[in-house]
Amino acid sequence: MSDEVLTAKELIAKRAASELKENHVVNLGIGIPTLVAKYVQSDSIFFHTENGLLGVKELSDESEYDPFRVNAGKLPVGEMLGASYFDSATSFAMIRGSHVDVAILGTLQVDEEGLIANWAVPGKNIMGVGGAMDLLVGAKKIIVTTFHTNKSGESKLVKKCTYPITSIRKVDMIITELAVFERKNEEWHLIEVMPNATFQQVMDHTEFSFKVDESLTQFDKGLLR
Amino acid sequence: MMGKILEARKALEKIQSGQTLMVGGFGLVGAPLTLIDELTQLDVYNLTIISNNLGEAGKGLGILLRQGKIKKAIGSYFTSNREVGDAYNKGEIDIQLLPQGTFAESIRAGGAGLGGYYTRTGVDTELSKGKEIREINGVRYLFEPALTADVALIKAHKADKLGNLTYYKTGRNFNPIMATAAKYVIAEVDEIVDTGALSPEEIVTPHLFVNAIVLSKKILTKEGVVTR
Repeated sequence: MSDEVLTAKELIAKRAASELKENHVVNLGIGIPTLVAKYVQSDSIFFHTENGLLGVKELSDESEYDPFRVNAGKLPVGEMLGASYFDSATSFAMIRGSHVDVAILGTLQVDEEGLIANWAVPGKNIMGVGGAMDLLVGAKKIIVTTFHTNKSGESKLVKKCTYPITSIRKVDMIITELAVFERKNEEWHLIEVMPNATFQQVMDHTEFSFKVDESLTQFDKGLLR
Repeated sequence: MMGKILEARKALEKIQSGQTLMVGGFGLVGAPLTLIDELTQLDVYNLTIISNNLGEAGKGLGILLRQGKIKKAIGSYFTSNREVGDAYNKGEIDIQLLPQGTFAESIRAGGAGLGGYYTRTGVDTELSKGKEIREINGVRYLFEPALTADVALIKAHKADKLGNLTYYKTGRNFNPIMATAAKYVIAEVDEIVDTGALSPEEIVTPHLFVNAIVLSKKILTKEGVVTR
């Protein structure tokens, strides 16, 4: 396993997994966030899915498959020991009532102020929102996992969101295939350059302003001159 | 006490054109597939459907959409059926999109006899336009009115003959709250057991919420939806 080369998505997911601590209740969004569970070994980190299950686990084999047990992305999942099922109102009471420690979400844009846009595209019909807005207001910590740029190569880390924002609540951390940013004192701080990425790449592909953290790791200081 | 157990068609006779229906399910999981199928056979129009999504293109509630029977849809995620957007663009249906937690809580509030409630979700977003904002202890909340319906079509796992219900895994989702929020509630179930066969501790929906029980004929299995 350790010899396998991780794809960019897996790298992001693995880095996000390292943020999770014992006894955390964690909600994973659709896409890259779903992969995070693969990199969590602890049996005292509890995954919550808003369609009504606390104690989500990866399916270990085909025999565990049950079409009535799915995550919010409608993918089949397993259940760990101590898991529980509940209705949607209870599930969102957990979210809105700040009983979920961490939400890991994908995004279309995240901006300098820390706002994200991850539910609608201007000019297209707005046909779905799901649980994104509730997670933003309720989860204690929000980690955004995303590719640094979109399919056209434009930065998703923008000066100001041009897509409709999901919430007025600011997110706490951004993890991309190039870098990790943490929000401190109302500013973005670059705290890590990801393996196989360079500081120059981070500079070239990040539209918003950020500070370079003193503790920055994997950082080629020569590029600053 | 056999009065609540009905054939699907008989139970659905309550539904009339112009009514508001709640339909349970998160995608196909926990959706009352037999009742939805029967509903597509009925001559009723101008329905307002309160359901998290509207099935998929030409599937489940998506059939009702194609039949032109839906006037308005209230839910949180219509993206899974692209025909919803097309129908909206043509002016064929009205859409009310709510955050999923707001959608669930509005149904819960409706069932609990509340007029509405205040939530932080959606404040200062596209979905808060035209909604009353109120500051409580320094935090801004928006007002959401409760949702109720004429008829709810829900899916449970087991019913006893009184109408007490249990659920199965993530098939529970919106079903128990919808059971509380409609004037007439039809529960489609996998199995009907004798009263007393369910432990009082395992009953999630007590029988007073349930008006009719219908045995499931279309079931979600590992091989997809099958008719039994």
